[in-house]
Amino acid sequence: MNNTKGEQDLNLVIAGHVDHGKSTIIGRMLADTDSLPEGKLEQVKETCRKNSKPFEYAFLLDALKDEQAQGITIDSARVFFQTDMRQYIILDAPGHIEFLKNMVTGAARAEAALLVIDASEGVRENSRRHGYMLSMLGIKQIAVVVNKMDLVDYDQDTYQKIVEEYTDFLAEIGLEAETFIPVSGMLGDNVAAQSDKMDWYHGQTVLEQLDSFENEALPHNKPFRMPVQDVYKFTKGGDDRRIVAGTVEAGEMNVGDEVVFYPSGKKSTVKSIEGFKEDKQHKVKVGKATGFTLDEQIYITRGELAARADEAEPRVSARIKANLFWLARQDLVKDKVYYLKVGTAKVKARLQKINRVIDASNLNQDENKEKIERHDVAEVVFKLDRAMAFDLAGEIEETSRFVIVDEFEIAGGGIISEALEDEQSWVREKVMRRNYKWEQSLISREERAEKYNQKSTLILITGEEDVGKKPTAKALEKRLFNDGKVVYFLGIGNLLYGVDADIKNGNNNNQEEHLRRLAEVSHLMLDAGAILIVTAVELTQADLELIKTTVNPQQIETVWLGDRVTTDLEFDLHIPEFTSEDQVSAQIKGLLQDRGIIFRPW
Amino acid sequence: MDHLDKLESRSIHILREAYSEFNNICMLWSVGKDSTAMLWLARKAFFGHVPIPLVHIDTSYMIPEMIEHRDKLAKKWNLDMIYGQDEETLAAGDTFPNGGATHLECCGRLKTAALKNTLNGNWRRYRYNHNKDEYELDSNREPYTGVIVGARADEEGSRSKERYFSPRDRNNDWDIGDQPPEFWDQYKTDFAPGTHVRIHPLLDWTELDVWEYIQREKIPMVSLYFDQGQGKRYRSLGCAPCTEPVESTASTVDEVVEELKTGKFANIAEREGRAQDKEDGGGLEELRKDGYM
Repeated sequence: MNNTKGEQDLNLVIAGHVDHGKSTIIGRMLADTDSLPEGKLEQVKETCRKNSKPFEYAFLLDALKDEQAQGITIDSARVFFQTDMRQYIILDAPGHIEFLKNMVTGAARAEAALLVIDASEGVRENSRRHGYMLSMLGIKQIAVVVNKMDLVDYDQDTYQKIVEEYTDFLAEIGLEAETFIPVSGMLGDNVAAQSDKMDWYHGQTVLEQLDSFENEALPHNKPFRMPVQDVYKFTKGGDDRRIVAGTVEAGEMNVGDEVVFYPSGKKSTVKSIEGFKEDKQHKVKVGKATGFTLDEQIYITRGELAARADEAEPRVSARIKANLFWLARQDLVKDKVYYLKVGTAKVKARLQKINRVIDASNLNQDENKEKIERHDVAEVVFKLDRAMAFDLAGEIEETSRFVIVDEFEIAGGGIISEALEDEQSWVREKVMRRNYKWEQSLISREERAEKYNQKSTLILITGEEDVGKKPTAKALEKRLFNDGKVVYFLGIGNLLYGVDADIKNGNNNNQEEHLRRLAEVSHLMLDAGAILIVTAVELTQADLELIKTTVNPQQIETVWLGDRVTTDLEFDLHIPEFTSEDQVSAQIKGLLQDRGIIFRPW
Repeated sequence: MDHLDKLESRSIHILREAYSEFNNICMLWSVGKDSTAMLWLARKAFFGHVPIPLVHIDTSYMIPEMIEHRDKLAKKWNLDMIYGQDEETLAAGDTFPNGGATHLECCGRLKTAALKNTLNGNWRRYRYNHNKDEYELDSNREPYTGVIVGARADEEGSRSKERYFSPRDRNNDWDIGDQPPEFWDQYKTDFAPGTHVRIHPLLDWTELDVWEYIQREKIPMVSLYFDQGQGKRYRSLGCAPCTEPVESTASTVDEVVEELKTGKFANIAEREGRAQDKEDGGGLEELRKDGYM
């Protein structure tokens, strides 16, 4: 559509049960506002004539062959149209239950919704389900259009019953409609023009209602949040900027502000806000895709959430409580690994608990379900592989939303309602504090790696007692040392009487504190650029999780030595037979070469 | 933020997601206004750099100015420029209107098949060598798993149903009825081996938005879009035999914007001048299902 438009446009979704007349209402609005491209109406009428079908306004949207064949909207098509006030992008959401994921796709982009109910059929399953989805997706402005009034002789009582029934339903899910409008899409009553057939109705037409929707305000006055999309260093043409890139999801940030990245807790000061062919900016606000440089060379990666040190901090946890909707054909089950994506972070997640499942079409609750089926809505607990940063629903919506990926597809979405404690919470708090207070060196991690010709790594060699762990570790140290590597073997005993002297004789709880201190010492050695070799008897997955909370998981390699695997550890390399320390250490060196930690000569 | 700022930020966000999430990615550049505006957005997204190879499908019937413009910008903006074409059909001369092929058959070969086989690496790719100032055979034949395309939802019916990230299966097929959901700025960035994803950063832009952005950002456009004194200009670019200029005296970007807003094109579809859209009722949809852009 090519017309003059105001500064603000509005994304609008039209939802409702199948065959209640969504497409007809859109077609009517397009035609009555002269929003159709020249020739479009004729083209559709011509198609109808060829196929000996009577013309319907709905056909204007049915641009695709197989959609016309089925006679239902299968996807959220975008339609552009405008009133005197502004431009609208209409997302026509399919009303057939089969296509709920398409309805969600359309509705999630909308700032306001028209929910269409057929006056002759009344409130149906998807009238309710769509209302529920709109509330979960965060759409707050909803107008209900009671369509096909011509089929009920423009009867006020019929209309009134629907208004009452649906108002009650919306109230149960915490929503309130802006208004209800009785219309006939087919005949045009109360769509663009006031109807003369319903003198009992004195409210607005659909078009008038659209113009009274407000543009959704971006969260300006909330704490600054920017999920890090990437850290760019493009060296072409001598560019030496290291730019943290992302889109501001809430609040604003200025040059000179102290920013903290979560979940790591690392901190620096904003040196400059970067752009291309733009005037130099000193402030960046919500909604903007931006980038900035930092005073210190801290190591951060995609998936961290940037916040300001002088504002409320986000939550960090590896266990969350959430409200979730499920769209995939296959069920959401407990013993399966999924990916959970929030902002730019992506972590492995397991469903730990189902608190209750709600049928969105009638609000019935079930507290005993063991799995979540397609189109269910549920309150659940997820356990994550590692901690991530987020906010809670009701605090900052944008950073409280997540999706679940199952077998390459987005299978469901949800809103985080609570950050729950997990086993590593006590360690994580210390690590974040340590990172926050960390005194930054002038030498970057990359510079060290380049100088030493290696990536700093923690090699954990574990297995049953007396399988040759220590001789292997020492042989590996010697082998790498002779290759010119910066390498160190750290015996656990070496820590016990020094770093751990104060907790050596304590109770069993000290086991975790021993591990935490080992991990902290490892972190220091890795920061110095070294390859560190540590041996431990029968390391468990929980032990490894604790170490990973302290040491960057990407800098850890685990080796299980001996043919009997006695714990649940998910190791990187298994060497079943101890032949000789020489051979085994050569095998581990091979692993390091495979992973690109040290160079493999041609 | 005004209308164009919002569109710009969303498109940049999508380009950055694509760059971070796909290992082997390329951007299709037809040298037309949409994909050139998209290229500009990439320069903004990556702070003056374009870290993504640009792929052009050269049907050999392109209006010559387009190829000149392509190579001029490739040099000036330091682009990693690649082109591919249907060498077999061109050698045999089985095209439209010279050979015996119809419009759709010709598009199916020179555009659709050439695109498919250039992307999957089955056919030859030619890469611009900036030092030698010439195209040379590219040794890299790895298939692209992410392909960035400048399609807009308002162009015609089938495009209005695309996602920002739309999967294509092994046979390049597009299952319109069963697309993955897409919400809250979370996109389909996971894909099964052998499949690939089309990425559409301009999906929400209209033709007028694109021109107003070109105007605001002063993006260099090929001269074919402007009247050179003959009272004609191209509104949409394609192959010379199948693309007709429109009657218009708009000779600058400002005049094009004004014409789109208030003039005689305000209510006429942009692709009016494209023959392949008219040949049958669902022509473009059929082509798109088969991989056409």
